[in-house]
Amino acid sequence: MPSSKNTEDRKGPVAKVGNGKLRLRIYQVLVLALFFVLWHVLTSPTLLPPIYFAEANQAAFFFGEPIQVLGRLWRWFASGEIYEHLWVTLVETLLAFFIGTVFGVAIGLWLALAPTASAIFDPYIKAVNAMPRVILAPIFFVWFGLDIASKVALGVTLVFFIVFFNVYQGVREVSPVVLANARMLGATPGQLLRYVYVPSAMSWVFASLHNSVGLAFVGAVVGEYLGSARGVGYLIHQAEGFFDMNTVVAGIVLLTAFALLLDWAVGLAEKRLMVWQPRTVETERT
Amino acid sequence: MSPALSLDNVSCTFLSRDDPSQRYTAVSDTTLIVGEGEFVSVVGPTGCGKTTLLNVAAGLLAPSTGHVKIFGDPLAGINSRAGYMFQSDALMPWRNTIENVIAGLEFRGITRTEALEQGNEWLQRVGLSGFGGRYPHQLSGGMRKRVALAQMLILNPQILLMDEPFSALDVQTRQLMENELLELWSVDRKSVVFITHDLEEAISLSDRVVVLSAGPASHPIGDYAIDLQRPRDVAEIRLTPRFIEIHTKIWRAMKEEVLKGYAQQQKH
Repeated sequence: MPSSKNTEDRKGPVAKVGNGKLRLRIYQVLVLALFFVLWHVLTSPTLLPPIYFAEANQAAFFFGEPIQVLGRLWRWFASGEIYEHLWVTLVETLLAFFIGTVFGVAIGLWLALAPTASAIFDPYIKAVNAMPRVILAPIFFVWFGLDIASKVALGVTLVFFIVFFNVYQGVREVSPVVLANARMLGATPGQLLRYVYVPSAMSWVFASLHNSVGLAFVGAVVGEYLGSARGVGYLIHQAEGFFDMNTVVAGIVLLTAFALLLDWAVGLAEKRLMVWQPRTVETERT
Repeated sequence: MSPALSLDNVSCTFLSRDDPSQRYTAVSDTTLIVGEGEFVSVVGPTGCGKTTLLNVAAGLLAPSTGHVKIFGDPLAGINSRAGYMFQSDALMPWRNTIENVIAGLEFRGITRTEALEQGNEWLQRVGLSGFGGRYPHQLSGGMRKRVALAQMLILNPQILLMDEPFSALDVQTRQLMENELLELWSVDRKSVVFITHDLEEAISLSDRVVVLSAGPASHPIGDYAIDLQRPRDVAEIRLTPRFIEIHTKIWRAMKEEVLKGYAQQQKH
């Protein structure tokens, strides 16, 4: 029980933690800065004599140049050229993410609560999960065409299994005592699902969502890469055709930033929905 | 009039899931009758199948043989006339205190306003008004037990099944909770089956104490009426001569079984 007499004991360590957090951020930014400086120094044709490559321009050819990459990003946004592509990729990603999550949760709940069905489907689920699902892309192109739908389908197959396995596990790990208690309090099977199984599996769902955000992007970008006329993956593919490494790297940076943004949004939703979870450091609430 | 709860020659045999030839009989040929308004404690050494017996009475477990009757009616499925207080934490961790207390009302489709009204009344009765918004992990062990008590009693069950509900608490909190339980119970005298391994707790709370033999295949070996007067204070009553007399008598009968139970555990 958080009691008021503990407040003073806690102030010391809490203040220290706050300080440490700031220092941590500084170090994190320093690592990034150091990386950019190194990258710049090692790829700039004029700064250093070529160490490994025969010609001064080759390092830049293989690794791109940070200034050029940032310039490319700036021009994309300044000219507005990127918005169309970014929009397509984000739509594909979000659709794959939501559809995959909904199916993963629904089928995960169903199989976890139906032991017979689960036993029947078990080997097939394992087989489909073991299959490298990116090879389904050509099939999806035939089924859904080269537009958004085929990329979404690819992303769904990636997201689905992550969410599915987590929900399945989450339902299996429901505390038997909590379950028995709810039954004694008169919960019907439907109410058990809604008030016990689903909330109990929620923490597992959120853990899986953090993983599947990245995979939704993988589905979208790989799909675009293999065949499309729009999207960030398409831009990267195009640039690669011209050996324009700066644009390739700029695309990667852009996708990383948006994946982080989506992950942050998931974290925010998690924080709001999972208030009941004990945190490692208990905060005083008054 | 039919008794509130009657277990008639109940046996429970568990089969090992991996090896069906491995069987374990937890309870064998047990007959237990609890009258209406009677507070019965079941004591016995650890691992003697006390919880199994309670789960049978709750309808969570079907007995291998024997019959269970609730107010004369055979029990099928969950015992809807009983409330169950579990040994370990059984609150839903994702619900705050008030939501946990009114869970049973919600399952029964009572309107939220009415449920909240009753819930707050019960929180007050168990001394937790103002804690409605806390989540279980933000409460102390004793407070969680109070929530569980309110969660059970709000449904006004006719039979209370309690499985060592206070065993995880420290001695002081425990005596406090025991007195509160007696006070709440004295208002409308429900039938209670109270499982414990603590003989003192059993005597100080109950009208009757049933002693179980050590497992496996445990069964009642003694049935003692407790003629101490009510209302009782569980801390004070332990010092009265009559209490000590009863305690000595039951303990003599139990001692052998406790040693047997201990030897049994050493073997495993």
